[in-house]
Amino acid sequence: MNTRKLSRRRFLVRAALPAVAAGIGAHAPQLASAAEVAGVAVAPAHGPGPVPVRLMVNGTTHELTLEPRVTLLDALRERLALTGTKKGCDQGQCGACTVLIDGRRVNACLTLAIATQGKHVTTVEGLARGETLHPVQQAFIDKDAFQCGYCTPGQICSAVGLLNEKRALDDATVREYMSGNICRCGAYTNIVAAVQAAGGHG
Amino acid sequence: MRPFAYAQARTSADALATLESRRRAAVLAGGTNIVDLIKIGVESPDTLIDINALPLGRIETHPDGTLSIGALARMSDTADHPAVRAAAPAASRALNLSASPQLRNMASIGGNLMQRTRCVYFRDVSQPCNKRRNGEGCSAQGGDDRRMAILGASARCICTHPSDFAVAMLTTDAAIHIRGAHGARTVPLLGFHTLPGDDPTRDTVLGRDEIIEAVSFRPSPLTRNSAYVKVRDRASYEFALVSAAAALDVQGGTIRAARLALGGVAPVPWRAHVAEAALLGKAPTREVFLAAAEAELAAAKPLRLNGFKTLLARNAAARALGAVGGAA
Repeated sequence: MNTRKLSRRRFLVRAALPAVAAGIGAHAPQLASAAEVAGVAVAPAHGPGPVPVRLMVNGTTHELTLEPRVTLLDALRERLALTGTKKGCDQGQCGACTVLIDGRRVNACLTLAIATQGKHVTTVEGLARGETLHPVQQAFIDKDAFQCGYCTPGQICSAVGLLNEKRALDDATVREYMSGNICRCGAYTNIVAAVQAAGGHG
Repeated sequence: MRPFAYAQARTSADALATLESRRRAAVLAGGTNIVDLIKIGVESPDTLIDINALPLGRIETHPDGTLSIGALARMSDTADHPAVRAAAPAASRALNLSASPQLRNMASIGGNLMQRTRCVYFRDVSQPCNKRRNGEGCSAQGGDDRRMAILGASARCICTHPSDFAVAMLTTDAAIHIRGAHGARTVPLLGFHTLPGDDPTRDTVLGRDEIIEAVSFRPSPLTRNSAYVKVRDRASYEFALVSAAAALDVQGGTIRAARLALGGVAPVPWRAHVAEAALLGKAPTREVFLAAAEAELAAAKPLRLNGFKTLLARNAAARALGAVGGAA
């Protein structure tokens, strides 16, 4: 149903483009504001209602219709049913929502979905290769690096991001650079061991 | 979370024209502060102007030696940049002691300078706050003032500024490069943040229709010999209770130039001019450092629950100075 709505909207948008472009130059379609008529470059605004948003998640492109205020976290969980990414504090203080954007770890709760267009999002669901777990996932199991598991997807994505950063990792560095992920069960000792194991120091 | 429109600017001119035409628009860079503030109802822009496509992410050394950090450079990239580490170790350290790795990957340098106070009353829209709406009153006064200011506060606002980076950059005499719809201007970082006075709603001298394009400074023996000390309630991922950035140029056993700045003690990153004057011409000893910090903090006005900050700030300042002065 979303797909059909989206197609219709995109068709209308494209159909309107030549007429608008003729009036104001190379801008994307929108009603011309006073500044545009005067020839000043005003960035076209989308929303606040639902607008087409194209997300690339775990190698798959998704055409969605989202309000600009929708966070990447909510888009992943509520629209794409990728519920591996967890909502903890929803304000950048716990790290449960950690995902990778173009290989860098970020908080999905403070990222707007619409602002990630053109970038590659990787969630915990995108780490394994078929039945083979990512080395960090395997290390978390091998080292028993969780208890309730709620923070674990964020911990794992954060650890993958940390290993991508190619730092020399002693235990103190792992602790410091994993400090953006809170574990209320207190599984920290084994999390450090798992990160070290995945990094080849376990 | 209130709805808002989204516009993506391609150039500074785009962003500025959009800011001018949409009076309730706000700028989106890293988003770590503005998205949070919209969620909790403190900010309610009708449009977010995404400036991340602007070419303002570079960190580069100009032919005249000036080091320029683009406003969209991320905190993580800036912290680990070899030129920044060499030219301003205090700034690199301050960035790496800020927030979390995830937030540092997102947050921009310009946004770091523009971030709003973490005062719990400012962030709670059910409580009166002069910074949100001047004249409502200040809930922090007579409330939980443990994290509040001991210097530079006014009858209207006693909050503290949250940036570590801005405190560290005060040791470099940095300049902020600003662009508005009607031209560019450069202002010193010292004075960029404004004391609350009678109007705490204003945090900086940046105009509504302006954006930061870069921060720059001239590396020198002074800036290269700098350190940052941060004291907080937990070991990581926490704002400063107090912090201190120090830079010293010591020649022949005498302090020839000094910069000292304090964080967590004032509504702005606090440049310690009194302490700097007290250091000049002296030998870099712990006694001299403590006396200089005490001279600065003689003006401190501790509140009900934050009396500890005066001593903590003195000791943090002495530690930062000791790290660059060859004395413990």
